[in-house]
Amino acid sequence: MHNHPLPRWLAAFALAALPLAGCDAHEHEEDFPSSVGAAPAANLSPQGIHVPPPPFTDGVFPCSDCHDPEMLLPNPRRRKLEMAHQEIELKHDAEHRWCLDCHDANNRDQLHLASGELVPFEESYRLCGQCHGDKYRDWRAGVHGRRTGKWDGDKEYLLCVHCHNSHAPHFAPIAPMPAPKRPVRTP
Amino acid sequence: MTDTTVSRRDLLCTIAGCAAAASVAGCTEPTHTDFFRSHLHELEPDEVKALLADLEQEYSAKYGKEVTVGMTEARPGVSFAYALDLSRCIGCRRCVHACVKENNLSREPEVQWIRVLEMDKEKGVDLHHANAYYDAETVPRPGHFYMPVACQHCRNAPCVKSCPVGATWQEPDGIVAIDYDWCIGCRCCMASCPYGARHFNWAEPELPAEELNPKTHYLGNRPRPKGVVEKCTWCIHRTREGLYPACVEVCPVGARKFGDLNDPASEIRYVLENKRVFVLKSELNTRPRFYYFYGV
Repeated sequence: MHNHPLPRWLAAFALAALPLAGCDAHEHEEDFPSSVGAAPAANLSPQGIHVPPPPFTDGVFPCSDCHDPEMLLPNPRRRKLEMAHQEIELKHDAEHRWCLDCHDANNRDQLHLASGELVPFEESYRLCGQCHGDKYRDWRAGVHGRRTGKWDGDKEYLLCVHCHNSHAPHFAPIAPMPAPKRPVRTP
Repeated sequence: MTDTTVSRRDLLCTIAGCAAAASVAGCTEPTHTDFFRSHLHELEPDEVKALLADLEQEYSAKYGKEVTVGMTEARPGVSFAYALDLSRCIGCRRCVHACVKENNLSREPEVQWIRVLEMDKEKGVDLHHANAYYDAETVPRPGHFYMPVACQHCRNAPCVKSCPVGATWQEPDGIVAIDYDWCIGCRCCMASCPYGARHFNWAEPELPAEELNPKTHYLGNRPRPKGVVEKCTWCIHRTREGLYPACVEVCPVGARKFGDLNDPASEIRYVLENKRVFVLKSELNTRPRFYYFYGV
């Protein structure tokens, strides 16, 4: 099934996450293939979808700079983070989920699906699509999320994480632009 | 006392004489101020070209930068439609202000083609309780939803029917357009539009030169004179070139969708085939090309 060995605890995590995953990920795998191996123009998927680079905070990527497996052993225990990332407040089904359900413990520069398949951050939509299959379907059709480009040609997509904070995905309220002036009746 | 009554025959003769004199004087190429020019649909291609050149010259001189006035025609076989996701719109008015900039709308007096209505979730779509003047630190406000309204580009458009001079019509791709140089400012179209989508230039539109969008279309965002009616054209200068309207591109929540109804792979077809869709005031049989939907 997997083309790379998985530690047992990770396999357990993946199995535990399976019920959460919709059938969409598998359903769409074939018609939305991975662009792994493509050059940095990697942002162009085989379907011709342009995706800008993920919105990393400055200096945070590659994660392996700190999460060097030789220096820092992965700790699979669910716990309150104290050494780093304390600013992250998980409001994304926190009751059932934790960091390593999405981030891969052995390859910190990638994410993983419930199946254990590694997914680069540039394709994080495949990870989100496991649970949010209906949104994933709409997004691929160009109906969920913002589009720029041409209505009859190339369109630029955004990753889910450009609009939704993956740790607290509810769309944050924003300030409105000025209201129109009320018509004034001159005496 | 002398009789000053002018008979209809005399008047028509005088007008005909003036027209003849004008044409003899070499005014074969119409200018946009030419009172005797023919309706846009009756102009020959070289006459349209001359008309556009005349406008470009006038606007370039007035605003001190090069302004282009295009006349890209409708693409054969294309039928435009628009869809807005009411479950996503947060009422931020980014679309309103992007439209103002893109389409060279008058800053003072303020003209805005899009009006965002705030409504109570409890009441649903109820225009009697809609508020376009809401203000808040952040939106969406709890308990409210938002419904932007602009020209619905009706297939059975009351405004087109009510124009006494044929200054507004539906283009082959569905865009309801206005010839500002043919409009006489009677505002019959405004009275007949059930969506409040048409706006009148009560005063000379004020548009700072540095804010002018120099890429314009004759039927769209070219600067308007005082005394004419204007409205949303689905950014005709952009959409006829294959681009999305400005409001679609600026919407931070991606609530706005635009495309070709005749293209089975278009976003708009996906919306119509898969979402719960309605049109505003369907009971009036205006048959809008603008659809509202619930994306959730």
